[in-house]
Amino acid sequence: MTNRLSSAFSKPHPALVCFITAGDGDTAANLDALVAGGADVIELGMPFTDPMADGPAIQEANLRSLGKGTTTADVFAIAAAFRQRHPEVPLVLMGYANPMVRRGPEWFADACARAGVDGVICVDIPPEEDDALGPQLRAAGIAPIRLATPTTDAARLPQVLEGSQGFLYYVSVAGITGKQQAAQASIEDAVARLKAATDLPVAVGFGVRTPEQAEAIARVADGVVVGSALVELVGEYGAEAPAKLRDFTASLAAAVRAAR
Amino acid sequence: MNSPNSFRNMPDERGHFGDYGGRYVAETLMPLVLDLEREYRVAQADPAFQAQFDDLLEHYVGRPSPLYFAERLTEALGGAQVWFKRDELNHTGAHKINNCIGQILLAMRMGKTRIIAETGAGQHGVATATVCARFGLPCVIYMGATDVARQAPNVFRMKLLGAEVVPVTSGAATLKDAMNEGLRDWVANVHDTFYIIGTAAGPHPYPELVRDFQSVIGKEARAQMLSRTGRLPDLLVAAIGGGSNALGLFHPFLDDPDVKMLGVEAAGYGLDGDQHAASLLGGFPGVLHGNKTYLLQDEDGQITEGHSISAGLDYPGIGPEHAWLKDMGRVEYTAVTDDEALDAFQLLCRTEGIIPALEPSHAIAAVTKVAKEMPDDTIILANLCGRGDKDIFTVAEKLGVEM
Repeated sequence: MTNRLSSAFSKPHPALVCFITAGDGDTAANLDALVAGGADVIELGMPFTDPMADGPAIQEANLRSLGKGTTTADVFAIAAAFRQRHPEVPLVLMGYANPMVRRGPEWFADACARAGVDGVICVDIPPEEDDALGPQLRAAGIAPIRLATPTTDAARLPQVLEGSQGFLYYVSVAGITGKQQAAQASIEDAVARLKAATDLPVAVGFGVRTPEQAEAIARVADGVVVGSALVELVGEYGAEAPAKLRDFTASLAAAVRAAR
Repeated sequence: MNSPNSFRNMPDERGHFGDYGGRYVAETLMPLVLDLEREYRVAQADPAFQAQFDDLLEHYVGRPSPLYFAERLTEALGGAQVWFKRDELNHTGAHKINNCIGQILLAMRMGKTRIIAETGAGQHGVATATVCARFGLPCVIYMGATDVARQAPNVFRMKLLGAEVVPVTSGAATLKDAMNEGLRDWVANVHDTFYIIGTAAGPHPYPELVRDFQSVIGKEARAQMLSRTGRLPDLLVAAIGGGSNALGLFHPFLDDPDVKMLGVEAAGYGLDGDQHAASLLGGFPGVLHGNKTYLLQDEDGQITEGHSISAGLDYPGIGPEHAWLKDMGRVEYTAVTDDEALDAFQLLCRTEGIIPALEPSHAIAAVTKVAKEMPDDTIILANLCGRGDKDIFTVAEKLGVEM
């Protein structure tokens, strides 16, 4: 339900959104570590063979997960178990269209609802192709979370916002995940522009790797998304990852809370 | 399913061919894809654009390519007359250059100053590097590391032409991974970069514009056939990887109801296993690389690796217009194995003195099967879309010959 998302963005501090890839490492333990560290929203990546919007860190996480045989059923099992353990923490699935629509959009939306998923970010379903999944998600009470980017101009923005729910994810760089970082000034301008156009919370991601960056972004945005830096910890530390994830997430959470 | 009044007015205004096609790209690319469509519409209406395209095709590519009656092959098969559209005689040795000329002219109209492309066997990479050299634009070609290793002559050709060839090691390190890497480059360089997609696939308007640029094949062939024989062919045959040479031949004939069409996919080691590249016959509809179409994929929607002796057919997807034409029943699709293609390759060498690429060898293999079932007053027109110089190493290895 999107209630959990609106609660997360109604806290007195900006929301920390933490991403890891499902099936990469001990995902349940890693997710618990993110929550323990202070993540306000969990973004769980659905692995895909061809993650064309992702940089090397998340590409490798996808391949590690698929290499272990992770299935769509496994992803939903991870989500459902998370929902059991953490009834209040919003959980968003992020991924690519093909695994989401393979069994039909109704099937996917229903599986999300049954697993307690609150929202879905699909990289390669822009508003122009909303029919492929959006109506089914909205009917099932799952928020379709859209992306806005530096190339989304004022003329196009209303189309992106139409049918968007949960929050608006601002991709702060024209590029792939985990690579370059955007200039703070450009983020501030963009967030101001987006917030003038929508009541949805605006979370900023792509290239956010340090508590300092997170704090700077949290001064202007409603949320900060961190992904590749967490995924790299999972890849590097394996079974030891939960402690590392918890500590790093705690440093990010403290930074976000100190922002305003 | 009801037949439309015309099979030639797709896609619709949203870039859909029935259920297929569309613009399944990341938001960063959407404005660019929309820009490209706008610019293409302006170019289509601009006689100067068409004139420049035609001029380059005539004087640089060497068009029109001949229409050739394969007399000895016809005799050897016994049945329908077999004719070839000789697109292997184009500059750079394949049909790929037709599309590259059109797209680089579009890129320059849009003020783009850097060109990227993906390539599998290297033919599209060579054609792209060629037009970049011709127009003085920097060129980056993404190529799977596996393909870089097995297509060394084409890698060297691209470098001679001034292109930077980037081996892609992610994923399975083949064509689909090269396309992923091309998309990653594009999304990070949208301001100055034009992506020359090599086949009639990808986000709208690519399937449409690649088809339009390649349709020169079918327009010429239709006029040549009428002028030479006073009639249209009974059957068109073309190989299909992404499907651009086939669409280029088929599209101008789609509203000629008496002309049947056969698209030939790569069956690799056979359609009963998973070692093939027949997306239409062995795949299911899904979304990849910007479009909805038939894909080789598992039950969870993970993309599986195709196999074909021909690196140019070894792609897990297919242009969305083919997906639609299959569902509409306007074009029939079949598949031939590596071994059948290899036999057809040798047959054409010996009967006609033409060394075909392994891609059209698949079309020729299909022709050998159907020609004998057809009366000798019927005409088959097959697209000889590439020459085989690039494939002699692969063929030698298969035949157990050391070079």
